[in-house]
Amino acid sequence: MIELDGAGRSFKVRRRVVHAVRDLSFTVSPGEFVGYLGPNGAGKSTTIKMLCGILTPTSGRVRVAGLDPSRRRTTLARRIGVVFGQRTTLWWDLPLTDSFELIRHLYKVDRATFRSRLDELAETLDLGTFMRTPVRQLSLGQRMRGDLTAALLHAPDVLVLDEPTIGLDVVSKASIRDFLRRLNAEQGTTVLLTTHDLGDIERLCRRVMLIDHGRLAFDGTLDDLMATAPEQSSLEEVVTRLYTGAAPAQ
Amino acid sequence: MVRTYFLLIWTWTRAAAAYPVSFTLMILFGIITSGLDVAVILVVFANTTTLAGFSRDEVLFLYGAASVSFAICDMFISNIDRVSQHIKAGTLDTILIRPVGAWIQLAADRFTPNRLGRVLQSAVVLGYAVGALDLDWRRAWMIPVMLVTGIVIFTAVWTLGGAMQFVLIDAPEISNALTYGSHQLNQYPLSIYARDLVKGVTYVLPLAFVNWQPGLYVLGRDDPFGTPEFLRFAGPVAALALALLAALAWRQGVRHYRSTGS
Repeated sequence: MIELDGAGRSFKVRRRVVHAVRDLSFTVSPGEFVGYLGPNGAGKSTTIKMLCGILTPTSGRVRVAGLDPSRRRTTLARRIGVVFGQRTTLWWDLPLTDSFELIRHLYKVDRATFRSRLDELAETLDLGTFMRTPVRQLSLGQRMRGDLTAALLHAPDVLVLDEPTIGLDVVSKASIRDFLRRLNAEQGTTVLLTTHDLGDIERLCRRVMLIDHGRLAFDGTLDDLMATAPEQSSLEEVVTRLYTGAAPAQ
Repeated sequence: MVRTYFLLIWTWTRAAAAYPVSFTLMILFGIITSGLDVAVILVVFANTTTLAGFSRDEVLFLYGAASVSFAICDMFISNIDRVSQHIKAGTLDTILIRPVGAWIQLAADRFTPNRLGRVLQSAVVLGYAVGALDLDWRRAWMIPVMLVTGIVIFTAVWTLGGAMQFVLIDAPEISNALTYGSHQLNQYPLSIYARDLVKGVTYVLPLAFVNWQPGLYVLGRDDPFGTPEFLRFAGPVAALALALLAALAWRQGVRHYRSTGS
């Protein structure tokens, strides 16, 4: 579903070349739920932007749902859902229902499919009470549930999440996690999740990829990841070891 | 594409209606400021009978023609000049993940119908001038051609201004100078300007085809600068050439963003 082959992305900053991501290769199969970890500035967002076609890779090959994102951006947009935790894709002054209706048109979802899909999402994400509230008046947790709905209305094959639980309280986090787990299990949606919240990773991801200094530092199951550190270490300790450069046993 | 555009502006209109006081005040200010432009012309003609060889009604005709095209573009596509704001705020990313072209989404971005006042005011001035002038009706066909040409030229100029902002992220004012400056220039007969400037807006950035060249034909006047007769009809060609250039520049701009990111 997602395929990177030697993908790299460099930027010129004041005549110096900075490699945000270099020689990145991995494959995510349909139906996988992958956690994508890395310290700040490691290249997570750059990777995500290459996956949705916002950034063109400077080297290597990227394929999402069989398409080259940078060349087929608008076609790919119909098959991928993207959520940025730090910024909303909803219309600030409009009620959620109006944003969803507009998205229905932009993504050309037919009315019946849209109706049933929205009803389903509204029920599982419990949007009922604030469907008619302007987005600017929603709490962060409510807004995030709205953003998730917006990203899923066109039934994408792949869902890419960039820190979806940032700033949420424990209850909101739990409901979003529960929703994502069910989405992946019941509908087979492939999910790539970027987060700094290790609770997200522990509860959701069978597979974890860790990127550091633009390179893949670990790729394996959560159990494999735990095995890189002495026994009884918490996930936090394991990840700290990897982030601070203690040799990854791979 | 057109349907998507209207859907987007309808959405933004409802969003703007969430702030009714600001909405009403903006319409009012729109009418007042554009009214001042006309007042200046009238003040000039209170002291003289001709301006660079043109009568008051002829000047109002040229003003009205340029302003109708400009005001329509100002209302419907001028928000394309917010590119640098979107880049800085990171909202361009959320635009690029949608299955619709970035140009359409940006042109419609934060649309409000409050610039309608300006369109109406310009149309009234043009209507008045056409009625007051003793025009040769066999030449009137040029008026709609001129307005469409003007809309295409201003759309292209705005698009060029937006495209420039992909590179000059810190200087969005440059694109304002291009767009609003163009309109300021076209408000008066070009014969009041220096010959070299007029050459520039005829052969380089074809602003002279918004109202001046076709307007001379409608008014049955010779060009004081003595340009050849066929230029009166060259507007659509010049507009298409500029539009093509703008489209290419826009493509390059989006590509540049996708190769630098924010």
